[in-house]
Amino acid sequence: MRKESHLVEETVDPMVPRPFVVRESREETRDAFTLTLEPQEANGAPAFEPGQFNMIYVFGVGEVPVSISGDPRQPEVLVHTVRAVGGVTRALQKLGPGDIVGVRGPFGSAWPVDKAKGKDVVIVTGGIGLAPLRPAVCQILGQREKIGKFALLYGARTPKDILYREQLGQWRSNLDLQVRVTVDNATRDWYGTVGVVTILIHKARFDPANTIAMVCGPEIMMRFVVQELIKERMREQDIYISMERNMKCAVGFCGHCQYGPNFICKDGPVFRFSDVRHLFGLREI
Amino acid sequence: MEKIKDLLMQHPFFKGLPKERLDLLAGCGSNIHFKKGECIFKMGEESNHFYIVRKGRVSLEMDGAQHGPIRVQTIEEGDILGWSWLIPPHKWSFTAFAVEDVNVTALDGQCLRRKCEEDHDLGYELLKRFSAVLAKRLEWTRMQLLDVYGANA
Repeated sequence: MRKESHLVEETVDPMVPRPFVVRESREETRDAFTLTLEPQEANGAPAFEPGQFNMIYVFGVGEVPVSISGDPRQPEVLVHTVRAVGGVTRALQKLGPGDIVGVRGPFGSAWPVDKAKGKDVVIVTGGIGLAPLRPAVCQILGQREKIGKFALLYGARTPKDILYREQLGQWRSNLDLQVRVTVDNATRDWYGTVGVVTILIHKARFDPANTIAMVCGPEIMMRFVVQELIKERMREQDIYISMERNMKCAVGFCGHCQYGPNFICKDGPVFRFSDVRHLFGLREI
Repeated sequence: MEKIKDLLMQHPFFKGLPKERLDLLAGCGSNIHFKKGECIFKMGEESNHFYIVRKGRVSLEMDGAQHGPIRVQTIEEGDILGWSWLIPPHKWSFTAFAVEDVNVTALDGQCLRRKCEEDHDLGYELLKRFSAVLAKRLEWTRMQLLDVYGANA
């Protein structure tokens, strides 16, 4: 009995990774892939909220923060979409079924899905930024009757860089979800919209006075998107953004991800724009 | 012509223009249909129109040399297509294709230029409105140049 309680204490220590087995690794784009992970222990994957992240440890290589991109209604597995840009993420890309990684988390704040009840929702995202928002889309679709109009606006570099292409198609077939995708440039085999993601905002149908906006993507993209949403008469306090910094401990000890008075890992990554507007866009923050 | 005037009146680009000016503009207008895949104008050719896209999607393309034609922007329902008619040497800067069946209201640039020369107030009004379109397109182009989704973003 004493031994069991000791084990439970160990598993909740936020600094101790839990072993997870790679069940599937799927290529999404030329540099992004999705890992499906199953817990090696019997007590299942930890519940998470949309917007939270895990620290994923590749043994002998290092640890990286990665947003959770799976459906929170399917908590038996962890799904992470990763872009291979550094040593650890490239090592993750090489993993296949049966390989083991360490996982700490989930950490951080969540998208305000509960606050969106009775309101319209507009999600504006670009590039790999769709991954941290996918859980929010899934959760909203699971309680669609509680939300008003729902728009998902997504920008990618080229058609080949579009994440979750198949799922976007399924979502688009929902007659009560506006899905608009644009790319920065394309060849003639692309029949969709070409242009920056901000051009989609004024074409989307939502009531700016009664809308929650969730924005995720490169910081410079978010800056333009927020400007455009405010031009559409949205209030700053109804706009939420997800920030990214170099997270290490993930529990607010080490200070690597300090963002003004906040730690991204603990107080973020999801912030209400009005709470961070004085820091947003400042250099060296 | 009444129908074209009605279309212009309803379009945000012409919002606030007095009726007599809309009459002048409508006199230069016609409704045109382009079939999917049809070329609307070609880069370097003389530019004598601008278009209000009423339905469908138009792609603006540049020749990407070994990459072939590159679509750099699409113009969609409600958007304004073409500003080269206003700025010398009045040559199209891009090639435009109908990505799908497209309905436009076309305004004759030569006719408009003549009216603007005769009525500078009309010319100034149009210039202000086109400057706003150009400024927005420039902002979008700069954002595209930043390649915000690229590997080094």
